[in-house]
Amino acid sequence: MSTRALPFAIGRTPKRVLPGFGLSLGISLTFVSLVLLLPMTGLFGQLAGLSLAEYWAIISDGRVVASYTVTIGAAAVAALVNAAFGLLLAWVLVRYEFPGKRLLDALMDLPFALPTAVAGITLATLYASNGWMGRLLEPLGLEVAYTWVGIALAMAFTSIPFVVRTVQPVLEDLPAEVDEAALTLGASDATAFRRVILPHLWPALVTGTGLAFVRSLGEFGAIIFIAGNMPYETEITALMIFVRLQEYDYAGASAIASVVLFVSLALLLAINVWQGRFIKRLHGGRG
Amino acid sequence: MSIRLHNIGKHFGSGRQRTQALEPVNLDIHDGELVGLLGPSGSGKTTLLRIIAGLEHADPDGGARILFGERDVTNVHVRDRRIGFVFQHYALFRHMTVFDNVAFGLTVMPRRNRPTSGEIRARVHRLLEMVQLEQLAHRYPAQLSGGQQQRVSLARALALRPDVLLLDEPFGALDAKVRQDLRRWLRHLHDELGFTSLFVTHDQEEALELSDRVAVMSNGRIEQIDTPDAVYRSPANRFVFEFLGDVNHLEGEVRDGTLTCGEARLSVELPDGSEELLLRPHELRLASAPTPEAHLPVTVTATSPVGAEVRVELAADWLGEPWLATVRHADYERLGLTRGQRLFAIPRRWHRFPDASPAPALSPLARAA
Repeated sequence: MSTRALPFAIGRTPKRVLPGFGLSLGISLTFVSLVLLLPMTGLFGQLAGLSLAEYWAIISDGRVVASYTVTIGAAAVAALVNAAFGLLLAWVLVRYEFPGKRLLDALMDLPFALPTAVAGITLATLYASNGWMGRLLEPLGLEVAYTWVGIALAMAFTSIPFVVRTVQPVLEDLPAEVDEAALTLGASDATAFRRVILPHLWPALVTGTGLAFVRSLGEFGAIIFIAGNMPYETEITALMIFVRLQEYDYAGASAIASVVLFVSLALLLAINVWQGRFIKRLHGGRG
Repeated sequence: MSIRLHNIGKHFGSGRQRTQALEPVNLDIHDGELVGLLGPSGSGKTTLLRIIAGLEHADPDGGARILFGERDVTNVHVRDRRIGFVFQHYALFRHMTVFDNVAFGLTVMPRRNRPTSGEIRARVHRLLEMVQLEQLAHRYPAQLSGGQQQRVSLARALALRPDVLLLDEPFGALDAKVRQDLRRWLRHLHDELGFTSLFVTHDQEEALELSDRVAVMSNGRIEQIDTPDAVYRSPANRFVFEFLGDVNHLEGEVRDGTLTCGEARLSVELPDGSEELLLRPHELRLASAPTPEAHLPVTVTATSPVGAEVRVELAADWLGEPWLATVRHADYERLGLTRGQRLFAIPRRWHRFPDASPAPALSPLARAA
């Protein structure tokens, strides 16, 4: 390569007004490499020992495939339930004044702070057939503990803050005047919500729901106690990885983990790209 | 359509924190009138406007009633009142194009009343033409300037052909030049379309220039409602007088028809006692010698020869606050006004608002002038 092939010479960028760009970017990249990229490289390193056929055999094993269905199905249900209730919670926290509002606001972060295993054990005890809730639900024919409903419940518990905390600031940003403008123009409450408020919250809501979904895909501690872990029925993918690890089958564990990783990454990337486009429009980026 | 308000009062909060935002207000606005609600912030003008719009409710006790023409809308929901409302910060729907913003009111109508999409398109384009924004129909609000956004918001409010147009500080967020243009243009639009409008402002000039009648408000009360000319020339009370322009104060003791304040003296036909007189800057004349009626020695501290008249700031030992006088350029040159020059102020007339009687006392000092 000749020296003049580089269209922009490195080190010739105009001097920036804001100091510390080089240093802060350097530290950021180092941190990302150490904490995020290195473990992931390790994961792929484990995969190197497998041939493509072996890899395929592990990830398409019947029991593992059944765990994908359970995990994705339950995570989807949990994410949708959270989307609805998270939106409602954010709405209540932003638009109304009531005693105990601060407490409710603080409570929203509890699932982040609580060890997930504690949540799992609590939920399992509550919803077991002799627990407080289980006893009430059993006569109605509703079994929660040790079914996929329980899995979805545990997932919903751990991931609700994602929806609330992403929607809340956007809603705070939306002046009540916009809402009032829709009403003065004759819109019903439902129409005003659907055509004016929801479109504003849509990017945040989708992001929050997506994060909640991805978080649920990888959740382990909270679910394991309530799931019952019956092969082909209530086994989640994270458990499959755990089982492989206990058998010292690191390559197998990595293979399954890589599937979860790819799905999560693809989803996050898709949300980011889509959201970028949407937000650009709000800020007038489109010609 | 006329607007009639009976006993519209409003309290906020409850218990000991209950504060009165509006004393019961009565107001009649005639069909096709453009009325300005003028007052400082916290005077209750926006609250009154929002109650008329139905965005807020008047206190239910006290028999509040709002009539649009013959229609009693007191308990009618905002969406059924047939009003157009323009917000100070435009409140445009940011995710919709200009076209969709203006069309919104038409597209949310119940299906049986809703015009066809072709009619909607034609009507929106007519509105955008009227506000001179037809080329920008497919832009998003974020791509428009403040003045353009406010025009979109006005077109949106007019799309449903409201009987009543309510504007909350419509030009408050815009810069001076754009304000002036929009003001003229709103007046023009009002005369052309003939709706009844009510707008809120804290800008005296805007209220006096734009309105058919001005309602001056303070502390939740309408102090006076009259034509701009009448409000300015014969203010009902001291608040209105002071709010509508610059004021010079002269406080002193009256004895035997002469008001004295330090070395200043002014002949007045008033009973003995302490008095406070108010003078407008343009009602002061400056001269190099006192007159038998007025002996008010002052020193020039600043002059600003910008505009049709020269603004002169005056100070004196007997004055608490400096006075402001506006003189013609010819007088300015004749007197050769410079900073530090000692002169005599001669009032052409003065105003007096004794606290006890609300009626204005106004004395033309014709002889002195």
